[in-house]
Amino acid sequence: MRFNKLFPALAASLAPAPLMAQGIDETINTIFADYTGWYVSFIFAPLPGTTFSWIALWLVVGALIFTGYFGFIQLRGFAHSIQLVKGDYSDPNDAGEVSHFQALATALSGTVGLGNIAGVAVAVGIGGPGATFWMVVAGLFGMATKFTECTLGVKYRNEYPDGRVSGGPMYYITKGFAERGLPGGKILAILFCIFTILGALGGGNMFQANQAHAQLSGVLGDYPGWITGILIAIVTFMVIVGGIKSIASVTEKVVPFMGIFYVAVSLIILLMNINMIGWAFGQIFMGAFTGLGVVGGFTGALIQGFRRAAFSNEAGIGSAAIAHSAVKTKEPITEGYVALLEPFIDTVVICTMTALVIVITGVLNVDPETGLYVWNAEAGRISTQGEVAGVELTSAAFASVFSWFPALLAIAVVLFAFSTMISWSYYGLKAWTYLFGEGAAKEIVFKVIFCIFIVIGSAANLGPVIDFSDAMLFSMAIVNIIALYLLMPIVKRELSSYVARLQSGEIKRFKG
Amino acid sequence: MTSETYVVAYECVEDDESVLDYAIASAKKTGAGLHIVHILEWSPYTFLTPQEIEERHGRRKEELTRAKEALLEPAMARVKAAGVPVDGEIRYGSIAELVVAITKEVNGTMIYVGRSGMHSISARVFGSVPLGLAQIAHVPTVIVP
Repeated sequence: MRFNKLFPALAASLAPAPLMAQGIDETINTIFADYTGWYVSFIFAPLPGTTFSWIALWLVVGALIFTGYFGFIQLRGFAHSIQLVKGDYSDPNDAGEVSHFQALATALSGTVGLGNIAGVAVAVGIGGPGATFWMVVAGLFGMATKFTECTLGVKYRNEYPDGRVSGGPMYYITKGFAERGLPGGKILAILFCIFTILGALGGGNMFQANQAHAQLSGVLGDYPGWITGILIAIVTFMVIVGGIKSIASVTEKVVPFMGIFYVAVSLIILLMNINMIGWAFGQIFMGAFTGLGVVGGFTGALIQGFRRAAFSNEAGIGSAAIAHSAVKTKEPITEGYVALLEPFIDTVVICTMTALVIVITGVLNVDPETGLYVWNAEAGRISTQGEVAGVELTSAAFASVFSWFPALLAIAVVLFAFSTMISWSYYGLKAWTYLFGEGAAKEIVFKVIFCIFIVIGSAANLGPVIDFSDAMLFSMAIVNIIALYLLMPIVKRELSSYVARLQSGEIKRFKG
Repeated sequence: MTSETYVVAYECVEDDESVLDYAIASAKKTGAGLHIVHILEWSPYTFLTPQEIEERHGRRKEELTRAKEALLEPAMARVKAAGVPVDGEIRYGSIAELVVAITKEVNGTMIYVGRSGMHSISARVFGSVPLGLAQIAHVPTVIVP
């Protein structure tokens, strides 16, 4: 996930798409800034005396509470998660249904992307290498949040007469609240859907399109953003309206391999500098508690790391619960186990790779006399070679070893952006149909709106609009985590029952 | 009483008509029964879009129904009409591996498979079903031209 508001340095590092119609942009900006600015400010308001937004704390505290409540399920259940993804407990007679692996891969394709590449660079650039430590810690706690929401997503999903299976927070909020006799379920679900639709059109669409164009124009030279917008909109239209699955299938196949390739190149760089890995980990651990001279010190590292993790893996936002809900399983808790791998892969593995490469390749400037990082007060971050930040810093770190990497990174970013758009078009559609009902005509309306917003997003620099849609995404987390607190006893019951049956041998292992 | 079971890996392409005829003729000579297997190629490790995931359960049902009505039932009717005892099933997975697994399950003594697909580019790169069976089958395997 990648958000303009949350990564101002990232946004600054990426060239904004050229304006198509200055007048229209300004009008829209003004309207949004006037009417929604207060809400954006409220959502991203920092805690008194810090730069740490309360919404990030909301996500982190939620992750800590779920971790404690489920007795560190991310540690206790990790090995079982792997067994489930491998299909050790999958009934061979269910072959042809959605496997745990497929649900996990699809959910990951919606989260892994520019945030993992650029967001980490922002965190390390501002918080120093120590931010990586706190990012990993927060990612590890976020695993418990995913466990909770995805279990509920499967438990309260809908199975329609035509065989379709779908679910998400709006359904577990409605059904779960009713089951527990809690009031307000319907209202919370409606709120969640409104936030999801607006978030899907903004962070899941316009921001993606905008950054995809910025990357393309960076490689191909400056050209009008609407051209990129129309091209992506046509391809997206063909996929989500025309049902041309081959394009989506190709993307869904290419994106995971791009992710694997990214990790592989990172590993090669680390192996080429194997003698520095110990030093890099030293920087990360020391920086986590001392800041290594970075302004803000320990607190700065902690804030940047937590913020990066909380906003990277979507734990608590609720989107993963939609993606995971159609898996074939008789035990909802099994999908919770599988989903907890998501923040691990997204944040603990991929983000750490990026951070290590940035630290090891020496793109962060160090004062040779003091051994501390040089602070660029004007930019508000550590001085870097070429004074770049965000995705450009990651790109420079990789390019210092492989000169061809920036071009490949640009392709990867565009594909990640497209994949995220496909995922969020689905999340938005599910929220839309919850509010307005199922039906081809109703669905087409949303899909067309979604495609129009792609053009707007890539053609214009609509800062306040994107800020508002980012605020909507994190508003999803407010509603979702409230629901998770109220419904977590149901997950606990599922977990206790499942573990007892697993230990008694009632739940059969089919292979391994 | 049927003493043996021959497994027929049935894809219902042109070649497979001759597979079925050949298997029927062989079964008649030995008094064996036929077990027709149709495998829908599937891997749990492929990547799907969210929309495909939502629709997968329904599509699986449709695919099974279509395969049963268009492929398996007509094939079984042909074998029955020839007076040979017959059984059949449709499954999802890797074709060669599943045909061998099913042959073990039904105590099959022979596998019959068509030569279809052996000349395609993908078959040359990744191997074809008949060649795969020839390599991993634990019972004699007849590749019918």
